[in-house]
Amino acid sequence: MSFSDAIIPVLVFGIFTYALFKKVNVFDSFVKGAKENIKVAFDLLPTLVLLMLAIGMLKASGALDGFTRLISPVMEAIGFPAECVPLAILKPVSGSGALTVLEEIFKDNTPDSFAGKVASVMAGSTETTFYTLAVYFAATKVKNTRYALVSALLGDLTAIILSCIAVRMIL
Amino acid sequence: MLSIIVAFMVILSVVYNIITKCEIFEISQAVMSAGNEAVSLVITLLGVMATWGGILQIAKDSGLTDKLAKLLTPLLRKVFTGLDKDSKALKAIAMNVTANIFGLGNAATPLGIEAMKRLEEEECPGNKASRNMIMLSVFNTSSIELIPTTVIALRIAHGSASPSEIIPCVIVVSIISLLVSVASVFAFDIKKK
Repeated sequence: MSFSDAIIPVLVFGIFTYALFKKVNVFDSFVKGAKENIKVAFDLLPTLVLLMLAIGMLKASGALDGFTRLISPVMEAIGFPAECVPLAILKPVSGSGALTVLEEIFKDNTPDSFAGKVASVMAGSTETTFYTLAVYFAATKVKNTRYALVSALLGDLTAIILSCIAVRMIL
Repeated sequence: MLSIIVAFMVILSVVYNIITKCEIFEISQAVMSAGNEAVSLVITLLGVMATWGGILQIAKDSGLTDKLAKLLTPLLRKVFTGLDKDSKALKAIAMNVTANIFGLGNAATPLGIEAMKRLEEEECPGNKASRNMIMLSVFNTSSIELIPTTVIALRIAHGSASPSEIIPCVIVVSIISLLVSVASVFAFDIKKK
């Protein structure tokens, strides 16, 4: 049994045990949370249809493969899977877009390939930066966000580069 | 901005396809199947999202997330500087960060927005973002989610032999990238002074 296989069972065990100890109505809580997230998933659908349309067309036209081929000599030289570049570009802008690209990478390369693993780590360790900044600052009167975007993008860039290194070193 | 990007992608596809292949069949297939693929993607994710929504609601209702928020507060006080001892902003920040760690996306955003508003009240930065506001935004643009459930669900759907093996990598990469963002906020702040 590996450490990563144990994380989820341990977390689930811990949460249920703690809830029992605190006399929480496990059944009602679970149903409430599940219901809420099912709604979220369905709310995601219209955006996902649009992004699937745009990315599906880009792929069918050959433009996406053309782009990947174009950059792959450079990417290969630095040891970064070229298939993951569209994901790195899209993730800060659109979560649904990133999800769609991730699905395409898994379809073309399988999740256990090098590109599939790097894409998984990248998708799991970055956020939709532009969207998040827009939502957070829109709630205030702030017009000048100063170095917020630079600092956030520095983090994203770190995550993109590190996901490749981490997969090589840890997995 | 996203609206322009999407429109550009669609237009580019058609143009590129006509130039390179002189036939449009594949594009028409992509258009007609986009909706179907989106629906199956949502169905793939629906189950795991429902499951985690349920499990995490239990964590929330049992007070586990509040407890973690309390544990994190002293640490966060070192990063979010200059706030009062019983600052309501810091409380909202701790709740927001905890919700993010657990992957409670729905709960995290309103808490984050509340924290931004409280920071504005407490620090009165005018139309320029305060250091703490920027710090909070980089905490939210870095993904600090412990378990990347949607990624794992997609890996399972595509037949991965070990869907959760990426978790340690994700945690390490997330923490380091957050630290880089936080360090840059410290650096920019010093440079200004």
